[in-house]
Amino acid sequence: MHWLEPFRYSFMVDAMLIGALVGTVCAVLSCYLVLKGWSLMGDAISHAVLPGVVGAYLLGLPLAVGAFVTGLFCATATGWVKANTRIKEDTVMGIIFTGLFALGLVMFTKVQTDVHLNHILFGNILGIERSSKIQTLVAAVLTLGVVLTLRKDLLLYCFDPTHARTIGLNTQALYYVLLALLAGTIVAALQAVGILLVVAMLITPGCIAHLLTDRFDRMLVVAALSSVVSCVTGVYISFFLNAAPGACMVLVQALIFALAFVFAPRHGLLASRRVKG
Amino acid sequence: MSDASTPLSIEVTDVTVAYTNGNVALRDTTFSLHSGTVCALVGVNGSGKSTLFKVIMGFLKPAKGTVRIGGRPVKEAQKRNLVAYVPQSEEVDWTFPVSVWDVVMMGRYGSMNFLRIPREEDRRIVRESLERVGMSEYKDRQIGELSGGQKKRVFLARALAQRGRIMLLDEPFTGVDVKTETAIIDLLEELREDGHIILVSTHNLGSVPEFCDRVVLVNRTVLASGPTAQIFTEENLAKAFGGVLRHFKFDHTDLPGSARNEVLLLSDDERPLLLGQDGAPKRSGVGTKTGPLVEDSRK
Repeated sequence: MHWLEPFRYSFMVDAMLIGALVGTVCAVLSCYLVLKGWSLMGDAISHAVLPGVVGAYLLGLPLAVGAFVTGLFCATATGWVKANTRIKEDTVMGIIFTGLFALGLVMFTKVQTDVHLNHILFGNILGIERSSKIQTLVAAVLTLGVVLTLRKDLLLYCFDPTHARTIGLNTQALYYVLLALLAGTIVAALQAVGILLVVAMLITPGCIAHLLTDRFDRMLVVAALSSVVSCVTGVYISFFLNAAPGACMVLVQALIFALAFVFAPRHGLLASRRVKG
Repeated sequence: MSDASTPLSIEVTDVTVAYTNGNVALRDTTFSLHSGTVCALVGVNGSGKSTLFKVIMGFLKPAKGTVRIGGRPVKEAQKRNLVAYVPQSEEVDWTFPVSVWDVVMMGRYGSMNFLRIPREEDRRIVRESLERVGMSEYKDRQIGELSGGQKKRVFLARALAQRGRIMLLDEPFTGVDVKTETAIIDLLEELREDGHIILVSTHNLGSVPEFCDRVVLVNRTVLASGPTAQIFTEENLAKAFGGVLRHFKFDHTDLPGSARNEVLLLSDDERPLLLGQDGAPKRSGVGTKTGPLVEDSRK
């Protein structure tokens, strides 16, 4: 097969474009999640959106609305249960998100839909319908716009919530904004990589960038670049491997992370070995 | 913005704070501070020092009693950027990708518009604040690349940049070199001259008489508060610390007129406190200032 072959199909080109857009949004948000220590939160919410997606489908609402509601429910329920029990937060979260995910699976099998379960779990970037494309686009652009507008407040909130509060920022509101952004991003990425792998898109680019730079603005750029590159090459490779594009995208990201982990100029394995000498 | 002409005060009246699990962290706590003071907040771990900070910062609502800053509710003080907080080093994530300049600029956020785009004035204030703590040359460093003392000074600079006239410092001397400790104390004395109120939470007993003109002793309530010389006595400290303090008595019998030279050393594993025979606290001195101490005890 010729190496330019994938570009002859419009569905491949579309997939690469959507991948790049979704990758950018996920990457920007991943910087905040990684710094805030919210990786598990990303995993939890991505699973917890399933019942919301099915529910929204039943009610004829945009899937994003349902996803947002159950995502938020997962986060607040975790906080509430944690405050009223001796069990630790990560454990509580594990129970709640798997519970919600299971509920979603049961609902899904009981509901007649024209959506394939595999497409929700693993994404369907090669066959996204027009209406879904628009939803992805809207979710992505909105999320990106809000994050970039509030990027300094969100950064301060992640870095030093105490200071943020003493100077009069509404940290409670910022918490919910960050949660809402997370839910929005997950919805945007759902079609591309599916529920099971979206968490990779939400943490790996931020980790790669954190290893490569010491300034936040550069971190945003590096994360976005690494994410776009891995989404586009992932889709491209999947054509030749005849494999799921979402999985290929995540795999490329993991490879980039491995490279950064070893070779990062200051914070890589080799660099710190050299320092310890 | 803080207005330099309004008289400054913190008034904590009859405050009781209970956590949701029913633990009472502070009971019937009352004290007040006025413009131009450096006050030590002294007590064992878990005595309610950080709870008191949280109440003053408005993070915790007292179940009973009131906190007023400059005669107004805490919320208003917050809006006017009046209270600045300098965190303990352990509370900060030092791997965060921000530079010294970025952190100090965060002190200005409260007076910027919602996009937080710095104006020339903000930059000038950040430059001045960095200068004042002697950190100008490190402004482009990532915060993790600093020594313990330098890290502390960055957050002091942020409090200066915020122009808060009330500063809360949480254990400012932990993990700090002697040079920084002296620099911090000098800075606090300057701020006192400017009329600031500075509340320093510490269990570094020895340095308290050196730079604090007032002391608030806490153990789940305020045990005593007032001028250092009156409050910082063996009896009060024993009340505040119970059996936690190490206690040594020295009798310099090799000196002429020896009985008068007995000193008492109190320590909780940090810098010890020396009490003379009259029970008054001695300045134990920082670094080079240790000399006069010996002379003091011979007088």
